[in-house]
Amino acid sequence: MSGLEVLDPTGERQPRERRRLPRPDSIDGRRVALLDISKARGNVFLDRLEQLLSERGAKTERFRKPTFARPAPSVSRLRLLYVVQCARHDELRG
Amino acid sequence: MATELPEGLVAVVKHDCPTCVMVAPVLATLQDTVPLTVFTQDDPAFPPGVRAIDDTELEFSYRQGIEIVPTLLRVEHGQVVDQLQGWLRDRWEEFTGVAPLGEGLPEYRAGCGSRSVEPALVEKLAARFGGDRLASRRISFGAEEDEFEAAYARGWSDGLPVIPPTPERVLRMLAGTSREPSEVVAVVPPDLVPCTVEKIAVNAVLAGCRPEYLPVLMAALEAACTDDFNMHGLLATTFFSGPIVIVNGPISREIGMNSGVNVLGQGNRANSTIGRALQLVVRNVGGGRPDGVDRATLGSPGKLGFCFAEREEDSPWEPLHVELGFRPEQSTVTLFAGQGPEPIVDQLSRTPEELIRSFAACLDAVAHPNLALGFDAIVVVPPDHARVFRGAGWSKARMREEVNRLLTRPGRERARGRGGMGEGLPESLAEADISKFREGGLHFVHAGGKAGMFSGVLTSWVNPNGGGSTPVTVEVRK
Repeated sequence: MSGLEVLDPTGERQPRERRRLPRPDSIDGRRVALLDISKARGNVFLDRLEQLLSERGAKTERFRKPTFARPAPSVSRLRLLYVVQCARHDELRG
Repeated sequence: MATELPEGLVAVVKHDCPTCVMVAPVLATLQDTVPLTVFTQDDPAFPPGVRAIDDTELEFSYRQGIEIVPTLLRVEHGQVVDQLQGWLRDRWEEFTGVAPLGEGLPEYRAGCGSRSVEPALVEKLAARFGGDRLASRRISFGAEEDEFEAAYARGWSDGLPVIPPTPERVLRMLAGTSREPSEVVAVVPPDLVPCTVEKIAVNAVLAGCRPEYLPVLMAALEAACTDDFNMHGLLATTFFSGPIVIVNGPISREIGMNSGVNVLGQGNRANSTIGRALQLVVRNVGGGRPDGVDRATLGSPGKLGFCFAEREEDSPWEPLHVELGFRPEQSTVTLFAGQGPEPIVDQLSRTPEELIRSFAACLDAVAHPNLALGFDAIVVVPPDHARVFRGAGWSKARMREEVNRLLTRPGRERARGRGGMGEGLPESLAEADISKFREGGLHFVHAGGKAGMFSGVLTSWVNPNGGGSTPVTVEVRK
């Protein structure tokens, strides 16, 4: 005997399994994107982070959302995705 | 189960119908003379002396859309080409080509309702035999699993119990609209999932809605998913707000919404479940959950669902939707990103000039006394306060004008540091005359019980001046 049958109320998005890439031994020479969501003083935090990354040899690129109250415009989301993919590509090659 | 359409004549009958009982001997006679197949809905042994096919599962009756018994069908090449309901001797003789028929019977007798259209059965049959209308993934709970606990375990609940969305219940819900179940109503953030009428209906069942609420819910979702309303931002913000649904026009009366006593409180099914269903769609379809994309620091109880109707019938003013350009006979929902109510207590003012000053003084503190232009407000004015303005003939526009006049002052009077408080307007605005509210950022809505010299302020999340949310009004389509 089976239990009650119901209809799935969710968006039915299959969870995609994605494994993390192995942690690199070094970030020397790698590209890192930093997104400022434009909350007050977020730049202070990111400046420091950028400094620490640079000291370890990473090349950084900065992005900024126009407002924290909305999702990033799709153009900048695409560009950011591209950067992330480049970074992953580098990692795969490395 | 025989559901194929036999060639020749087909009769559908039930033992519980006196007309069917009356024509039983006629069917027995006919079966010996013409090709006739009889389906019986409630008693396989009925009619006596007739070789009948058992349709107690009602699949044949459901699929053929039988509404009345007895029904006679004429089937040629697998198609129904003619049909006849009830007993009418002339028509039966003409239909069957056999005469005389039913000697001693009255000339005419109306039929009875088919079992397949009984209210208690119709959704069950639709779910069983018409289930291909529904596209949602079906999930079977375990045999020993409690269905309410199962819904919690799958993460479908906002914390309160939900009604399990069985196919029968969803089909019943879908009867509340003429729109196709597969029609996409909105793309729901944050996951940007296209949401069909059916998915909305599934969540409406979870929330406890009645079918007639569905059009209001669909309009609310449509409004929520516009760029202007910015549901994603509203969800993601650390601020308190959720979507507040204000219903205007005849539909609020048709579906029995509360616009009177305890209008912003509990106790009315439509008010309580429409707002809840909207939030469940955002949660379940859009994927927006507390501690996921929803980052509210405190939130507010209205995020369980906040929906009410304007008290239009004895309002001194035009209703909100008419003010926004709709006709009185149109039904609309207006979505406002906010929370509340914050009380305005004034039991002593008897002139509009006094009372509007109380309104202004309380509204001055919206968000923070040193902030202006970034937040909107809706004042919910019940009859006792409204009559003070009614007596003097004050319109909503006049009230807004007075509040804005009373709350316009140089920016330095709301500057950072003023009153020893760090929060405030920047120095650059010190010399400008700043009104508390932006143009279009202050509304009045008539609602509430007849007794009580109070009004309630609904305050907004960041308005479009701060990249936040603009109230959105959408017409309700059934």
